[in-house]
This record gives sequence, C-alpha cells and structure tokens, in this order.
Amino acid sequence: MNAIRHHFSPLQRLLHWVMAVCILTMLFIGVGMVSTVMPKYVPLVSIHKTLGSVILVLALIRLVTRFYYGAPPLPADLPEPMKLAAELSHYALYALMIGMPLLGWAMLSASAYPVELYGGIYLPAILPQSDSLRTLLWNAHFYLAFAFFALILMHVAAALFHALVRHDGVFEAMAPVPIHDEATRAENRSELAARP
Amino acid sequence: MPEPRPSPARSVLGSLVLIGVVVAGSAAAFAYTAGWLSPERLTPWKMLEALAPPSGPALGHRRNHAKGICFTGVFESNGNGAAISRASVLAAGQHPALGRFNLGTPNPDAADASVRVRGLGLRIMPPNGQEWRMAMINAPVFAASTPEGFHELLVAAGSKDPNAIKVFAEAHPEFAPFGAWAKTAPWTGSYAEDRFNGLNSFIFTDSSGADHAVRWSLLPQAQVVPVTQDDLKKLDPDFLEQEITERVRSGPQRWTMTVTVANPGDPTADPTKAWPEDRRTIEIGTLVVSRIEAEADGPCREINFDPTVLPPGMRTSDDPFPAARSSVYAKSYDLRTAEAKDYPRTVTGPKP
Ligand code: HEM
Ligand code: HEM
Ligand code: HEM
Repeated sequence: MNAIRHHFSPLQRLLHWVMAVCILTMLFIGVGMVSTVMPKYVPLVSIHKTLGSVILVLALIRLVTRFYYGAPPLPADLPEPMKLAAELSHYALYALMIGMPLLGWAMLSASAYPVELYGGIYLPAILPQSDSLRTLLWNAHFYLAFAFFALILMHVAAALFHALVRHDGVFEAMAPVPIHDEATRAENRSELAARP
Repeated sequence: MPEPRPSPARSVLGSLVLIGVVVAGSAAAFAYTAGWLSPERLTPWKMLEALAPPSGPALGHRRNHAKGICFTGVFESNGNGAAISRASVLAAGQHPALGRFNLGTPNPDAADASVRVRGLGLRIMPPNGQEWRMAMINAPVFAASTPEGFHELLVAAGSKDPNAIKVFAEAHPEFAPFGAWAKTAPWTGSYAEDRFNGLNSFIFTDSSGADHAVRWSLLPQAQVVPVTQDDLKKLDPDFLEQEITERVRSGPQRWTMTVTVANPGDPTADPTKAWPEDRRTIEIGTLVVSRIEAEADGPCREINFDPTVLPPGMRTSDDPFPAARSSVYAKSYDLRTAEAKDYPRTVTGPKP
C-alpha cells in the first residue's frame, strides 16, 4: 500500500458508468410507469423489462471483471468504519444489480405473464405460476428498488465527498475519463498479487 | 497515493452544500417521477378507488368483472387472418385457449340479472411462448372515449348525487350510444348467446410490413333468444354460470371470431365511435369452449387478461385504452394475488 493509488481497469470504469446511467434510468422508469395510465405505460414497461435484462447481463460481466481485475485498495488513512461501509455498500450494490432483474423476471414468471422483451424476444419462465410467490417477489422488487435508490444516493454522496472534500484519489479511481496517470492492467495485477 | 489535500473550511462547506443539493435534487426528481408531488395525476390506484363500491372492494377478487366462470377450449384459426397480420396465431391451426365469462361488476356476489355488461376474457397460446390476451364485452361501443372520461364516469356512478350520471351524460355526449344500448338492447339468457366485442383498436402488421387498424369480435354460433331483464330476474342469481356449465357439458360452444379493418380516417382512438357497417370484416377462426373450469380454484384465477399482451404481428394503436387498462389490471392483479387468503380456493360454485 505504499504505491500510488491505482485505477479500476478501463473496462470496469466503462461498465460502471454505463450501468450507472442504465440503473438510474430503470429506477425512474419503474416508479414512473406504475404511476400512470397514459399510453406511454406500454413502451415504458417494455423498456423496463428489456433494459433490466441488459443490466443483468452487464452485471454478470462486471462481476467477472471484478474477480479478474480486482479493485484498487482504499486510501490507507480512511477510517476503518468507512472502509467497511464502502466495502459492504459495494457488495450490496452488486447484489442489487443482479438481484433486481432476477426478481423482476421471476415475478413475471410467477404471474404467468409472457416475459416479452423489446423486439419480440421471449424469456422462458423461471418459476411456476403462484400467487404467494409472485406476492413475495413483488414485495421484494418493490422495497429493494427503494433501498437501491437510497443506497445509490449514499454512494454518490460518498463519491463526491472523496472527490470534492478528501481529494484522496478514490473518485479518480473510477473516473469516467482518466484524470491522473493511468494504471496499467499489469500494475493492477501486481498490486493485487501483493495484497495479503 | 496522492496525499489527501485538506481543503480550506469555506470550500469544504461549499462542497458539502453541493453534495446535499445533488442528493436532495435527485430524491426530488425521483419523487416527482413517482407522482408523489402530483396529486392530480390519474394513477391506476385512483382508477381502482373509483371502481370500488362504497363498502370497499371485494378482497382477493378482480376489482372489476369480479363475478365469472372459467373455461378452457381451443381457438381454431382458419388462416384468413394471415392476410392482415403475420402473427403466427392467425396462420391456420389450432391453439389452446383459456378464458372467463364474466359480469361487469366489482361485486362477486351480484345477481346475474342485475348486471348489464357481460364480458369475456381470453388467452390464446400459440407455440414459442407467444400469447394473445384480450378482454371483450357485449356492448357494441364503450361508455367513455378516454380513460380520463371513464374515470369521471366511475366517479359519477359512485356519487351520492342521484343526478350525477345525468350530469355526466350531458357533459359527455359520446356516452349516448352506450347509454342507448344499455337501455334498449335485448338481454339473453346465456353467455353462449352473447356477442363479445373487443372495442379497442389495435394494429395488425402483415408479412409485407403494412399496418392495418382493426377491432375484433366474437359472434355466437348458438341460436340467440332475446329475453327481457324481468324474465331473468325470476331466475337463480347464478343462472348464467349454471346454464353455461350445463350447456357446455352437453356439447362444446362456439363463437366465430371476426376482425374488422378500419378505412383510412376511421376513428381508431375512440371506442365510443362504431365504424360504419360496410367495413371489410374477416372471419379469422372459431373459439371452441369445451370445458367449464372451477372459478375459485381454476386456471383463470391467477391470469390477468391484459389487452396489451399481444403476439408479434399485433400491437396497440393510438387508442389510449389498452395502455390504461394494462396499468389498472396490473394493479388489480397485484392486489388480488396479495389478498389470496381473503378469497378461499374452496368456495363452492357449480361443478364442471
Ligand atoms: C447509479 C448507480 C451506481 C451503481 C450501481 C454503482 C455501483 C458501484 C459499485 C458496485 C462500485 C464498486 C466497484 C467494485 O468494487 O468493483 C462502485 C465504485 C465507485 N463508484 Fe459507483 N455506482 C453508481 C453510481 C455512481 C455515481 C453516480 C458515482 C459518482 C458520482 C459513482 C462513483 C463511484 C466511485 C468513485 C467508485 C470507486 C470506489 C472505490 O474506489 O472503491 N458511482 N460503484
Ligand atoms: C436493475 C434492474 C431493475 C430495477 C432497478 C427495477 C426497478 C423497478 C421499480 C423502481 C419499479 C416500481 C416499483 C413501484 O413503485 O411499484 C419496478 C416495477 C416493475 N419491474 Fe422492475 N426493475 C428492474 C428490473 C426489472 C426486470 C428485469 C423486470 C422484468 C423482466 C422488471 C419488471 C417489473 C415489473 C413488471 C414492475 C411492475 C410491478 C407491478 O407493480 O405490477 N423489473 N421495477
Ligand atoms: C380505462 C378503462 C377500463 C378500466 C379502468 C377497467 C378496469 C378493469 C379491471 C380493474 C378489471 C379486473 C382486472 C383483473 O384483476 O384481472 C377489468 C376486467 C375486465 N375488463 Fe376492464 N376496464 C376498462 C376498460 C375495459 C374495456 C374497454 C373493456 C372491453 C372492451 C373491458 C372489459 C373487461 C373484461 C371482459 C374484464 C374481465 C377479464 C377477466 O375475466 O379477468 N374493460 N377491467
């Protein structure tokens, strides 16, 4: 940990920012669509299901890149509780990125709806029809959506705090465009290897 | 790692304010999108509130068309529909069908003779996971030309003011054709003798990519015997489900399915306006109802006959109703599936 603060790999940063836009869009579409009876309801639901499924695929790719490239360590002077909070919140974000689309898909399956995506693509049912299951899944999809949004707000506040107040390189590690020197994959990997 | 550069106090404060603004602004935008800041927005929830009787909704049941009886059968497509839609369900062939005869009332215990509007929910299942769902009624036109108008009508119908419907009808002349039908059309003593109309317009896309605006109907093949409401009032409150159960037991019942194609300029966005009689009408197949199923514990119970569930080759048109119905039916479905314990599966109805 005496080396310079490294960056997430470009692929990880690309995925992070593309998915950040997609997920925020999903949350807004989700609460927007269920509050309207206007004609836009139909395309919004279609986008919700389609983009949600894309997010599931991207999240799985992202998980692989995370195992492959790892993550740069947090600044050594960051208090332990904050490090823990950062780590736990990142686990939770990963869990939600993968869990929310699965819940949506499973909920529609248990409701005996065809899971039709944009362009006439049909996903197979992953659960049998059941009113108790669909109620459980509906509740999970509903409450976790709000938990997801709250967690993202905290995550953004923390990221901006690192960027604007602490200036400690945490934001730069995930910055959409390189801000300081670029850590190569090799550096990242040797960094990883050096970790206990 | 770059040494953390502590910021001067003033800029720290500015940064914290900025972060607060970003977070609060995002939360406010979210709340706005969710409609929490717009109490005037017509939501699915408000539509359900307006549908509910004064004593509150019947928990566990459909929030409208609550009384009904489930059936299974087949849709025999004769292939004629393939001329106007590439949907595989319209190519000649047989596809499993599930449906539900029902009454347009939020009260699952209503007496059959007291309900003017009868309906039919239908789900046709061609292969490959595709589905064609629809919900149709016996009226030849709908009672309102927009979902907002329908909401007003529901509010008027639920109002304590005895003149509310009259006031509504005066302000909404488009209600007149439906009102006239409700007053004067003959009744029938059987679901098997009823004609069911989709009323909403949809777009069919043929194999050349051309679009056709259509509406569809189911025409009974059974002999229609017109009766009066007073005749029906003498019968058992559940005579419709008893009668259809008997009739289907003695032989499958059939409806011819027709699709009417709009001419350019016909009103597609307004289900209160019938299209002229001479429009091209294609017989696309036959609905065969071969078995009456249990209602409380049968295969219809957990199905939402959402009119926007369409196979590729069909889609919604500029008619605002299917979208509105989809959003409201979904909410109704959310609620009734969550209330399953309030509607026991052992309720006894006529046995198939
Ligand atoms: C909208 C949805 C978002 C989601 C789901 C999300 C998710 C994540 C996850 C899971 C990580 C951990 C990466 C890992 O360990 O592999 C992360 C890191 C990070 N995110 Fe986000 N993020 C979102 C939005 C944002 C936004 C808007 C910002 C900036 C304002 C941001 C800034 C950062 C930063 C700076 C890091 C690096 C933290 C570190 O070095 O450990 N994120 N994000
Ligand atoms: C990252 C992924 C996802 C997020 C963040 C998300 C978020 C949301 C939100 C915020 C709502 C509105 C909840 C409410 O206020 O009632 C919602 C509803 C819904 N979502 Fe998702 N969703 C995701 C993925 C999916 C997927 C993949 C599907 C289906 C394939 C799906 C299907 C639905 C459905 C059907 C509803 C409406 C539920 C109802 O009230 O009937 N979602 N979602
Ligand atoms: C905005 C206007 C409408 C509203 C708010 C509305 C509301 C509802 C609701 C809440 C249900 C119960 C859904 C469920 O829980 O599964 C329902 C069922 C039904 N509606 Fe509508 N409806 C509207 C327009 C129409 C139109 C235009 C038709 C006919 C063309 C129609 C025919 C039916 C039928 C037949 C059913 C019963 C389906 C079944 O058996 O499950 N509705 N409606």
